[in-house]
This record gives sequence, structure tokens and C-alpha cells, in this order.
Amino acid sequence: MLTAILVMALGAVVLGAALGYAAVRFRVQGDPLVEKIDAVLPQTQCGQCGFPGCKPYAQAIAKGEADINQCPPGGEEGIRKLADLLGREVKPLSAEHGVEKPKAVAFIDEQICIGCTLCIQACPVDAIVGAAKQMHTVIAAQCTGCELCVPPCPVNCISMQPIVETVETWKWKYPIIEIKPAPARIS
Amino acid sequence: MRQLFDFNGGVKPDYHKDASVQRPIAVSPAPAFLVIPLHQSIGGTPRPLVAPGDHVLKGQRIGAADGNLSAAVHASTSGTVSAVEMRRMPHPSGLSALCVVIETDGKDEWGERQPFDYRNRPREETRDYLRDAGIVGLGGAVFPSHLKLAPGKQGSLDTLVINGAECEPFITCDDLLMRERAAGIVRGIRIMRELLAAHRVLIGIEDNKPQAIAAMQAAVSGSGESDMEIVAIPTRYPAGGAKQLIRVLTGIEVPHGKRSTDYGVQCFNVGTAYAIHEAIDLGQPLISRIVTVAGNVAAPRNYEVLLGTPMRAVMALAEPLPDTDRIIMGGPMMGVPMPGDEVPVVKATNCILAGSRKLFPPPPPEMPCIRCGECAKACPADLQPFELYWFARAKIFGKAQEYHLFDCIECGCCAYVCPSRIPLVDYYRFAKSEIWAREAEKEAADKAREHYEFRQQREEREKQEKAARLAAKTAAGREKAAVALASVTSAESATAAPAASPEEDAKKALIAAALARARAQQAQPANTTGLTPEQEAEIAAIEARRAAMREEIRKQARPHLPPDN
Repeated sequence: MLTAILVMALGAVVLGAALGYAAVRFRVQGDPLVEKIDAVLPQTQCGQCGFPGCKPYAQAIAKGEADINQCPPGGEEGIRKLADLLGREVKPLSAEHGVEKPKAVAFIDEQICIGCTLCIQACPVDAIVGAAKQMHTVIAAQCTGCELCVPPCPVNCISMQPIVETVETWKWKYPIIEIKPAPARIS
Repeated sequence: MRQLFDFNGGVKPDYHKDASVQRPIAVSPAPAFLVIPLHQSIGGTPRPLVAPGDHVLKGQRIGAADGNLSAAVHASTSGTVSAVEMRRMPHPSGLSALCVVIETDGKDEWGERQPFDYRNRPREETRDYLRDAGIVGLGGAVFPSHLKLAPGKQGSLDTLVINGAECEPFITCDDLLMRERAAGIVRGIRIMRELLAAHRVLIGIEDNKPQAIAAMQAAVSGSGESDMEIVAIPTRYPAGGAKQLIRVLTGIEVPHGKRSTDYGVQCFNVGTAYAIHEAIDLGQPLISRIVTVAGNVAAPRNYEVLLGTPMRAVMALAEPLPDTDRIIMGGPMMGVPMPGDEVPVVKATNCILAGSRKLFPPPPPEMPCIRCGECAKACPADLQPFELYWFARAKIFGKAQEYHLFDCIECGCCAYVCPSRIPLVDYYRFAKSEIWAREAEKEAADKAREHYEFRQQREEREKQEKAARLAAKTAAGREKAAVALASVTSAESATAAPAASPEEDAKKALIAAALARARAQQAQPANTTGLTPEQEAEIAAIEARRAAMREEIRKQARPHLPPDN
């Protein structure tokens, strides 16, 4: 009887020590779920979800403080991916956070720009170059189209230009049978 | 006789090649306007080197390669640049891209042409020369050739495979090129062989081109090249695919994710070999190519066409039949529909195929997949087309990639044999371009994340620096105040209350000093002291005027009242 208790107690101590050691030794840095959610988000950093960037939104989703349908740039597909990742129901985009728009980049009309640097301060990804009283311009390749630079501009010289399709970015369409109107009958 | 190997699958469609090989290659005359797209190869878009109004000579470089993964473009004949603008491209999208439009002068005047002495120059320089001569793969993939002409890590190559198979129906441009210009091709092959340090050369030609085989054989024996062998291979579509040809000739099956160079094999088209010969031996950049005009035309034939010639002009030479309703660039199996007949001939144009409803009737409606497996039997890339079809159709792109969608060469064998007439290749093309777009998006998102995080870090650092600066400033101010306090206390002597902690004293001193300043300010505005007599006189005059004006206003406002005292 005593032996059995001792054996079990010894086993518990040994396994407990091993588990405790492993918990310290193989501790996961950061929250892997946050990273996974962040990887799905479009990284527009627009703040339309109500959080100051994609990472904070990812953290909020991971904590259960935010829903998965608050990201308009991610759109339907983004919601579907988040739902897949988190094992939740797909739901439509929440209207209060905005609507899905075609991708666009900011464009500064350099004739009007007064060089106030307000847009530079607003840009979350450093995609605007310029200095005080110097003309500013947008690095189109870095612009995420978040529109955060548009409201601060005192002279309204920033517009959002939709990205046009080029031969390089053109995509083959989903093969569907084209429905053509029947040729008009000659009477 | 060399032992040949076999690839799985493949089909034997009607070849329709006889009509266009009856007559020799003809030269297509220069049109009034050439439209030369800057982007004609895989890789970066060359930047224009000319502006409207410039006079250009034949062979003059008009677009410089953008980075190493790119190839230059040249003026196909002499003339004046009339515009550098967006024009419709020979691309199924019908979208426009930057083109150089040249109004030809009819003189066809060459610029300076000098053979390149590749034997006495470093290989690196030869490759740069070929890049600037605009040499790209003319088999259809238009991959810049200079990138393929590096011998790799081992310093030598086992086998150089030259592709003269030309397996696609209707197309005969390589056949005619081999018949008529075999010596030039062999010269080009020799150059490539030296650049690659290849041990042996295998030239694969489908056995339905006996005249081309004979001409090439004669050229090889005439050049005295040893270890250069012409191999007649069985005619079966797509024997001209690079991986299929390598497999037939060497038995090497290049696995998924590997390149043929990993196995000591490199493959070039015969047209590319001829272009290299022209560039190195004659100093002529790639400005024209052989194009087959076939299909719904009365006189199918091969033409040597200046790049940038409108397809309409080339097709007119072959007398298209009146019911022609479409143009296909390439063959019936892999070709792509053109958005119009004004689009220019480019480096990738091996065939202009005129189509009509009679020649290519519209496909019967797509029926459901019956899982017969015919497509898998026909696939020369050993894929499972039906699986790829299901995943592409359901937009499950990750799974499609797991089934090696990108090993698909879009040869069209699966769609050719499909009893349900499913346009399988259309689904694969759709899935591929979706995956590419997603990858580009992902890359952009990763970059944006990096920029965002960097900015966060920088803002944090700036905040800390600001706080540190502020702290330093406050400390300096306190020190000053402490000094001031010390002097005050010494002056006021011991009547002051027993000293609290020195820090509190400093604070009190600061407050006292500020209060004193405020009081002084209140007692008398700073700008009314120490005035000169003139200024005082002026102020008095102004005050007097003001009083008079007040009096006047009062009188006007209440005229019935007697004036105030």
C-alpha cells in the first residue's frame, strides 16, 4: 500500500518537474494566434476597424474583444479567411466600419501642395516623402491606400486614385459561358 | 541510332502544316507605322531611350533593359519616332502598354553593325551584349536568353538541347528556318555551346520534318562540328515542350521545383540560336522574326516580319478569307486570342492564326466532369488535371498548388481529350493568375507591415528622446533656480523660516520668481514705460482726438439730449 503511494507520488513529482522545466525551456514568445491573425489582415493600417493598426486589431480579435467583420480592406475574403482560421461563422462586413472599395493609392497634386507635412505625420507606412515647405509626393509602391492622409490635408490636394489594371496585373477570368444577346431577327 | 525515351501522355491532333511549307520564307514589307511595345519579354519593362521627333536607324536601341532580368528592344527599321504612348498589346486582356511608334522612312538604313568578338571577351560581357541585343527565347516563352547562357556552378554543362521539334499544329516557322538558314542556326548553336561549355549538343526535330532534318544534318557536317547530333524524334504533341524534349532526348525527368540545369541540361529554340548568330556574327539585334500565317487564309506562308508590324498587314499578305472573325497568336492548342487585328507582331509571335466559325467551331457546352481519367492519361506533365480542375473551379488554390498546378505547361492535351468538353486550361490559367495576384498582395502586405512596425519603433524612440531632452532641460532650470535661491536666502539672512529640503526650496524660489515677474507686469504694462517726450505727446494727441470723437458720436445718437455737463 505504502509502496504504491510512494511510487505514484514519485511519478507525480518527476513528471511535474519535467513539465515545469519544459514550460520554462520551451516557452512560446508572444502570442502565436495574434501573429496568425495579423498575417491574414491586409496590413493597410487604416484604422477603420477602430484600432490603431492591423496588429492591435489582431490582438483584439485574439482576446475576443473585436469581431472578425470589422476590416473593410480585407473584405469578404478576409472575413472568410479569419473565420477559417478561428473556426467561426462567416458574417457580412459590419456596415459601421465601412464598405469594401477597389484598391487605390493616394496621389498628391503637387501644384496645390503647400508642404505642411501633416500628411507625412498621418501616413502609417512612411509612404510620403517631403519636408516642411517642400513639395510632398507619395511613393505609390508603398502606399496601402488607407486614406489616413486625406483628411489632415489643409488644402485638399490629396486624392485617392484607383489602381488601374495593366498587362502585368491582368488576371484570367473565371471560365463561364458568355451569354450573348440573340442577333436581331430580320423580318 | 541514339536510344530515345518517351514522355507520358500527349495527343496526335491534325497537324495542318503542309499548306504553309510549300513556299519559301517571304519578307513582309515595312509598314508605314511600326508600333514597338517596350515590354516584349519576361522581366522588367525596358525604359524608352527615344522621344517623339527623334530619328532612329534600323537596329538602334530604343528601350534599355531594366535590370538584368529584362532584354532591350530596338527599332526594326529606320524612321522618325512619332510617339511614345500607350497602345493596345497583343495580349488577351486587350489592355494597353507603353509602345514606341515609328513612322518609317522606307530607306531601311542600318545603324552601325559590328560583329562581337565573343571568344576574346569575358563571358559576362557577352551575356550583357546579348541582353542589349534583345535576345529572348523565340519558342514562345520569351525568357531573356543571356540569363540561360551561364554555365552554372559546375562551370560546364553536360547537354545542350536545341529545340526544333515544333509540335503545335499549323506552326511551321522553325521548320522553314531550319530548311533555309541551317548554317546560321549551327553557328548560333556553336556560340551557345562555347558560352555554356557544353559537352554535347542534341538537336531534336520531329520526324514529320524530313527536309529540315536533312538541311540541319548537312549544315552540321559542313561546319565540322563534332558531338553535335541531329535526332529525329517521334511526332507527338507536345514533344516540343522543353521538359518533354529533354525527357525524350536524354531520359532525364526534371522533377517538380527543379530546373533542367540542375541535371546539366539546358534547352534553347532553333530560332533563338539563329538570333544569337545574327547578334554575335553580324552585329544585328533582334528586330525581326519568322512568323507563320495560317488558318483561315487562302495562301498560308511564312514571313520574315519586322517586330512592330501590325498583324493586319502581315495577315493581308496571306489573303485571309472573308469569314475570318478572329486572330489567334500561336497555335490552336496554346495560342491566345488577340483583341484586334491592329496589334503588333512581337518577339513572342510565332504564328498568326486566322480563325473562323467554320475552322474553329464554338465548343459545345461544358458538361459535368464524369471522372473518366482521360485527361490524366493525356497529361504530358504527369499531373492529375481533373483534381486541378476541381480545385480551380472551387477556388481552393492552396490545394491546386499542392497538386503542382505550376508544373502545368498549358499544352491543352487534357481539354483536347475531355469527353465533357471542359475548357480545362482556362481554369488553370484562371487559378494561376489568381495565385500570382495573391502572392503579390501578400508581398505588399508584408512590406507594409515592416514599414508600419519600423515607424512604430521610430515614434517610440523619438518620444523617449524628447522625454530625455525635456528632463535634461528641467534639471538645468532647477539648478539655476537653486543658485538664485542661495543668493536670496543669503541676502534675507536667517529671518527665513527654517529651511526645508533643498529641493523644496528650489521649487519655492522658482514660484517666487515667477510671481514677482507677474506682479511687475500687472503693475504697469511693459510698453508704457520709458517713453520719449515725443511719444508721450503723440499719445496725448491721440487721446484728445478719441475724446472728441466720442463726444461727436454721442451728439449724433441722442441729439435731443443736452450734452453731458
